[in-house]
Amino acid sequence: MIPAAFDYAVAESAEQAVSLLGEHGDEAKLMAGGHSLIPMMKFRLATPTMVVDVGRIDDLRYINVGSEVVSIGALTRHAELEHSTALAESCPLLAHVASKVGDPQVRHKGTLGGTLAHADPASDLPAAVLALGGTIVATGPGGVREIAAVDFFTGYFESVLADDEMITEVRVPVSTGGWSFQKFNRRAQDWAIVGVAVAESGKGVSLINMGSIPLRAGAVEAAVAGGASPAEAAALAAEGTSAPSDLNAAADYREHLARVLTERALSAAS
Amino acid sequence: MQVGMTVNGEAHEADAEPRTLLVHHIREAVGLTGTNIGCDTSSCGACTIHIDGEPVKSCTMLAVQANGADITTIEGMAADDGTLHPMQQAFMENHGLQCGYCTPGMVMAATSLLQENPSPTEAEVRQGLEGNLCRCTGYHNIVKAVLAAAEGE
Ligand SMILES: Cc1cc2nc3c(=O)[nH]c(=O)nc-3n(C[C@H](O)[C@H](O)[C@H](O)COP(=O)(O)OP(=O)(O)OC[C@H]3O[C@@H](n4cnc5c(N)ncnc54)[C@H](O)[C@@H]3O)c2cc1C
Ligand code: FES
Ligand code: FES
Repeated sequence: MIPAAFDYAVAESAEQAVSLLGEHGDEAKLMAGGHSLIPMMKFRLATPTMVVDVGRIDDLRYINVGSEVVSIGALTRHAELEHSTALAESCPLLAHVASKVGDPQVRHKGTLGGTLAHADPASDLPAAVLALGGTIVATGPGGVREIAAVDFFTGYFESVLADDEMITEVRVPVSTGGWSFQKFNRRAQDWAIVGVAVAESGKGVSLINMGSIPLRAGAVEAAVAGGASPAEAAALAAEGTSAPSDLNAAADYREHLARVLTERALSAAS
Repeated sequence: MQVGMTVNGEAHEADAEPRTLLVHHIREAVGLTGTNIGCDTSSCGACTIHIDGEPVKSCTMLAVQANGADITTIEGMAADDGTLHPMQQAFMENHGLQCGYCTPGMVMAATSLLQENPSPTEAEVRQGLEGNLCRCTGYHNIVKAVLAAAEGE
């Protein structure tokens, strides 16, 4: 399978990437790790006429741990999150979730900014950033803005990111309270059929593949805050969700999984 | 676009359309056909090579993305005199292959695995090879081979 023809440019900086996007309009696509974009281009589900390679902007590969916030460059690869001892100490949930994405080869190429921009409700790291109450920093022609993860996703593969904006940084709070990540799939390397991420002993709970965007499980969080047991809180996990039905699972089975996995996650994180 | 890379220690320069996948470039322009293509979905790992020392699926990368990269393929694993790489030797001795189609990718992924974790448990080997599929062996002897290579090192 070979992608449709396109022009290719290497961007040396975020500013250059943004100006190339501005020049080429919505026919242009950024390429970071390429591990979502290239598979889609091979199937011609994506046919950009201009690919702007941001994968060489090494200045955007970093993990800076502050006293309250961990700032991560958008081009930081999953494998770098997985193996960072600084991240394991300051935000173990994020490091652990990174280690569960795909397989080692995928983790060596895929980037944090890329997986957020791709906005697949089945992806792992967006749910972790959401549970942690993180923010996404985007650079556009007008400058830089910070978007809360809960406001970022708008629908299947869609976000509030403009065509000429680039994610440059992701910020998550330092978070060392009880955490858990439960990913249910049936084959190695697969996306979650349903997944649950819990941060700070249940203050933040998010669901993977239970709707068109990664979801905060608000009813569960409220129950935990009100003193409910993991079982009581987890019974509410499917509230407000709109789980898809597909070859892997029907919606009602996904709802069942959400409740079971949420109870496991809350128990492990309490 | 002109694409230059070092492949198994030798400089290689060739023209490539931006849409050329790295695996096709390696097989057709560089002329090294040990790197296989086993799927269209980035799943099988038969195309695994090392780029700047890291394992990557070369079907999920553009040749232009590898401009300037240092690449090792399965052909670069044995010594110049033909002595097999310890991982290749371990695959041979432990019957880690049957048809051999997945083997180049398995060997590349397995050597990376031992670089990151020189004494893995059996479970860690199985996890570390999650990105590589084999239709023949049932994985058992592949895992044995990787554990044997780790012992030998
Ligand atoms: C075999 C396989 C298995 C996988 N399994 C999983 C899994 O289990 N769980 C999981 O979560 N993911 C999985 N993935 C996806 C993987 O995590 C991707 O790497 C990730 O989704 C995208 O990151 P990328 O850097 O490769 O993005 P790219 O493919 O380069 O880009 C994806 C999209 O985001 C845009 N983009 C990229 N970077 C930016 C940026 N900085 N700013 C704005 N837009 C940007 C691109 O234009 C494109 O539209 C898998 C992928 C493969 C190939
Ligand atoms: S050919 Fe690359 S993963 Fe199958
Ligand atoms: S030996 Fe045949 S596919 Fe692995």
